[in-house]
Amino acid sequence: MAKTESTFKNMVLSLTLISLVSSACLGFVYELTKKPIELSNLSKKLDAVKQVVPEFTNDPNKEMFRLPTGEGDSLDIYPAKSGDKVTGYAVSTFTSKGFSGKIYLMAGFRLDGSIINISVLEQKETPGLGTKMTEPAFKDQFRDKNPDTFGLKVKKDGGKVDAITAATISSRAFCDAVQKAYNTLKKGGLL
Amino acid sequence: MNQFQNLTKGFLKENPILVLVLGTCPTLATTTSSLNGMGMGIATTFVLAGSNAVIALLSGVIPDKVRIPAFIVIIASFVTIVDLIMQAYVPDLYKTLGIFIPLIVVNCIVLGRAEAFACKNSVTSSLIDGIGMGLGFTMALGILGAFREIVGSGSIFGHKFISGDGILVFILAPGAFMALGYLIALVNRIKKS
Repeated sequence: MAKTESTFKNMVLSLTLISLVSSACLGFVYELTKKPIELSNLSKKLDAVKQVVPEFTNDPNKEMFRLPTGEGDSLDIYPAKSGDKVTGYAVSTFTSKGFSGKIYLMAGFRLDGSIINISVLEQKETPGLGTKMTEPAFKDQFRDKNPDTFGLKVKKDGGKVDAITAATISSRAFCDAVQKAYNTLKKGGLL
Repeated sequence: MNQFQNLTKGFLKENPILVLVLGTCPTLATTTSSLNGMGMGIATTFVLAGSNAVIALLSGVIPDKVRIPAFIVIIASFVTIVDLIMQAYVPDLYKTLGIFIPLIVVNCIVLGRAEAFACKNSVTSSLIDGIGMGLGFTMALGILGAFREIVGSGSIFGHKFISGDGILVFILAPGAFMALGYLIALVNRIKKS
């Protein structure tokens, strides 16, 4: 096949055609993967809720509502109910004080305000240092603690949290996100 | 050069990382563990094979003066397809690789193969070239990732075999440079003898 000459018409035509075919392919793949992507995002969220609140019989995802934090944004709250009685709240919270980028957490609270469990949804902290926040060694120290009496600050700042070695900023950010979740619930009158 | 040589040249003779030293940015950034490195490698292999084949097929039709934008559109489409598929079926890996999946578009290896090989050769040889180069890339990333994971965090493929920390510097950026440097030195040594 002879090489197509680089005339203006040929250039416009070939680029247009290539772009058209490419976008058609992309549209097709987008439609194909739309459902699985949604499902995997949803199941990830639901898994996190299951990890941080006690057994529930309702569908927390359906009964999700938003509460303002008082700092200009709002957080998603997932109520966990057994029968009609609310047993706890899972709060999808975040902080922008991380070492690199935002950190998203799911924090579960009992009605008396104590923390049930915390799960890390998303973080981009330094591998090997800040990423240790996802490990039980760090996050289990929050279990069954009430932020009212348990100072949600690293020991360096006068609180009671054992910071991760060499990742004080990440540890501080983690506390900040949990405190934000607690404050929001409190302000909303749920605790 | 027969097709078998065409396939295997990516492993040692013309390995994109260890010999040509192309695409070092994703190499250094994604090899914090063996799984991440290999995931990145496989995603790049798919893009390389696909774009090489399509570019070889269209090389007669694309006018010379607009070949680079045309190649980039084709490569970007393949990258977006990989991006969507990974997001749908391997969300965890997708999250750890993050920005480096879309950045395959600007990976020098992909455009380099398109320019140096695919637009001058047949569809079959280009496809094989893409797969070979991709596998060579995957191998280099896998070795680098495994080494950094073993030394840096005392685990392999996510299984911890010593408790506590490893030599942390190997998980961080400076360790990536050191490990890559030693690996290239080793390959040069092997090639000489």
